Amino acid sequence: MEESANIKCENIEPKTGARVLLDALVEEGVNIIFGYPGGAVLPIYDALIDCPIRHVLPRHEQTAVHAADAYARVSGKPGVCLATSGPGATNLVTGIATAYMDSIPMVIVTGQVPTNLLGTDSFQEVDITGITLPITKHSYLVKDFKDIQRTVKEAFHIAATGRPGPVLIDITKDVLLTAGEVKAQPVKVDLKSYKYFSKGNSGQIEEAAKALAECQKAVVYAGGGIITSGAQVVLRELVERANLPVVTTLMGIGSMPYGHPNLLGMVGMHGTVAANYTVDDCDLLIAVGVRFDDRVTSGLGHRFATKAKIIHIDIDPAEIGKVVRANIPIVGDALLVLKELLNKVKPPELSKWWEQIHEWQKQNPLLDQGRDRLTPQMILEVMGELGGKDAVVATDVGQHQMWAAQYYPTSTIRQFITSGGLGTMGFGLPAAIGAQFAAPDKLVFLVSGDGSLQMSIQELATLVQYKLPIKIILMDNGVLGLVRQLQRLFCEERYSQIQLNNNPDFIKIADAYGILGIRVTSPEEVSDAIQKAIDYQGPVLIDFIISPDEIVLPMVPPGKVITEMVGR
Amino acid sequence: MLHTLAVLVDNNPGVLTRVAGLFARRAYNISSLSVCQTENPAISRMTIVVEGDDQVIEQVTKQLNKLVVVHKVSDLTREAVVDRELALIRIKVKSETRLEVLQTVDIFRGRVVDMGKSNFTIELTGDEEKIDAFVRTIRPYGLLELVRTGKIAISRLDT
Repeated sequence: MEESANIKCENIEPKTGARVLLDALVEEGVNIIFGYPGGAVLPIYDALIDCPIRHVLPRHEQTAVHAADAYARVSGKPGVCLATSGPGATNLVTGIATAYMDSIPMVIVTGQVPTNLLGTDSFQEVDITGITLPITKHSYLVKDFKDIQRTVKEAFHIAATGRPGPVLIDITKDVLLTAGEVKAQPVKVDLKSYKYFSKGNSGQIEEAAKALAECQKAVVYAGGGIITSGAQVVLRELVERANLPVVTTLMGIGSMPYGHPNLLGMVGMHGTVAANYTVDDCDLLIAVGVRFDDRVTSGLGHRFATKAKIIHIDIDPAEIGKVVRANIPIVGDALLVLKELLNKVKPPELSKWWEQIHEWQKQNPLLDQGRDRLTPQMILEVMGELGGKDAVVATDVGQHQMWAAQYYPTSTIRQFITSGGLGTMGFGLPAAIGAQFAAPDKLVFLVSGDGSLQMSIQELATLVQYKLPIKIILMDNGVLGLVRQLQRLFCEERYSQIQLNNNPDFIKIADAYGILGIRVTSPEEVSDAIQKAIDYQGPVLIDFIISPDEIVLPMVPPGKVITEMVGR
Repeated sequence: MLHTLAVLVDNNPGVLTRVAGLFARRAYNISSLSVCQTENPAISRMTIVVEGDDQVIEQVTKQLNKLVVVHKVSDLTREAVVDRELALIRIKVKSETRLEVLQTVDIFRGRVVDMGKSNFTIELTGDEEKIDAFVRTIRPYGLLELVRTGKIAISRLDT
C-alpha cells in the first residue's frame, strides 16, 4: 500500500486541457473572470467549480468583456473574460475593440468548435481570431494540448508589456477535453520577435531637457500613457518644479488632480479655451503618452501646435510621426523617461507665458450654468463634493461623458473610467461593474444617459445578484443628446432619429430589478438625492430629468482648428 | 515611390493574413508580395513592394514591427541588392513567326519550357524592367497567358 501510494505521488496526475488552462490563469495571478457559458466552453465551466478563481456571470457577453476591461483600468492588472464559440465570441467584438483603442491589457478566452469540425461551418463556429485580427494586440488559436501553458504565459506577457492591449486565446473544445500530463516547472516566455522599449534614449532626453530650459512657452500634453505607466507622481513633480502648464486628453484625466493650479483642463474638441489656446500658441509641446487623436487635433495634425517644437514621448514607436512630426522623439515608458527628464530639468522662465494663460482663463471660465434649473454641471459638482476623493466614476458615451470629463473633480489615476478611443455606448454599466469588483471598498458612480444606459440595461440584474452598491447617475433628457447637439449646431436643427420616445419609467425599471430608484427634477433635490444614494447600502439609480437643450460647450466644430471654438 | 521591404516572419499559419490585413486596414498599397520559407524552417521571408513616400514607409515599417509574428523588417530600396522576378509566358506561334519568337526568347535569355502545336511557354527570370521589356516585345505575336512571381530581393552586402 505504502509503495503504491509513493508511486502515485511521483507520477504527474493527468489533467484536462480546461484544468491546465485554469491552472495557468491562476499562475498568472488571475482571481476573477467575467464570462458567460456555452457549449464549447463546457469543460472550462466544469473545471471552474473546483477552481479558486471567482467567476462573474453578467447578462450579456459584451458586459463580460467591458467589465474585464474596466477591471484592468481600475486595478492596473490584465482583465480576463471568457465566452463560448460563435455568437458568444462575436458578442465580445465591440468590447475588444474598446480595449484595443484605449490600450487596455486584457486576455480574452473563447471556446472553439472541435478541431475536426474547424472550417466546416459547424454549429456556433466562427473564425474569431480572423474577425478580431485588427482589434487585438495578438491572438492564438490553440489546437494542441501541449500549447496551452505556453500560450497563456505569452498572452499575459504580451497583453501587459510595452503598449498594453487585448490578447485573444481561442481554444478548441477537444483540446479542453484532452487529458494529458503537463510540465510542473514554470513555463518561460521565449518570444524572439516580440520587443518593446522601456528606457528612453538618454541623448534624446538630454535634448528634451535642453529644449525645456530654453523655451518661453511650454505646455505638457498628457494622455493615457501617464496612467498606464503610473507616472502621475513624477509628472506632478516635473510640472511643479518647472512650473509648467498641463493639458490632458480624455484618457489622461486623473494624471493631474482636478483643481491643481497648473492644470488647464482637457484639450481638443470639448477642451477648455485656455487649454486649446495654450497648445496653439506654445513654443514647446511636451507630449507624453498621447497619440494626437483627431478629437484633440480636429483631424488637422498639420495645423496643430504649429509654432511649437514637439517632444513626443511614447512607448509605441509607431505613434511617433504618425500624425505630427516630432522634433525630439523619445520612445520609452513615460515613468522612466519623465524620471530621467526630472533629474536633468532646468526650470525655464515662464512668468510672461503664465500671465497670458491666466488672462485666457479669466476671460473664458468653464460656463457657469446658473442655479435656477437642474443642470448636468451642478449634478457633477455635487457628486464631487459628496463622493470624496476616492470615488471611481465610470461613464457611458455622449454628452454626459463630456460633462463628466469637464466638471467632475477627478483626483488621481484609475478613477475616471471611460471609453475614449472607440466611444462605445453601453460601456458604462458594465464598466462600473468591473470597477466595483476591482475596488470593492470604493464608492463607484456610473454617469450615464438614457440612450447609453438602455444599451446595457439588462445588467441591473447583475448589480443585484452580486450586491454591487453602484450609484447610477442617469442624465435623462429623452434624446440622443450629443447627436442632437450636432444636428442643432451643424444641421440647421434638422433633427433626425434622436428622439427616444416611449422611454420606460426608469424608477419602475429600477424597482423591478430590486434597485432603489430616486427621481430628481429640480436643483434643490440634487444634494439630498446624491447623499441618500451614497448612504444607501445597495445599488441606486437616480433619474435626473434634464433639458434636451443642455449642450456641451465649448466645442470645436468639425474641420476647424482648436482655437475656433463655439461657446467661448 | 516604390519601396522593397524584406520582412522576416514566423513560418506559421495565419501570418500572411496578419501582414496583409495590416496593409489593408492602414490603406497601404502592396504592389507585389512573394513569400517562402528561409534557410531556417521556422522563419519565412516576405518580399513586399509597397508604394509610398518616406513617411508612409516609416509607418509601414513601424506597424509591421509591432506584429508579434514579425522578426525583422529591412528596407532594401536604397541598398545594393540583387532582385529577380520569374515569369511564365504563353505565346501564340505560327509557322512563320516561330523562328522570330525563338530568337527573341534567346536574346532575353529565356527558355522554352513547353511547346504545343500553336503556342510556346517561356520561362524568364530577371528584374522587373527586363520582364516588362520582353512582354512588350512579344505581345504583338499574341500573348495568351502571363504569370509573374513578384519581386524577390537579397542584399549584396556581406552581413
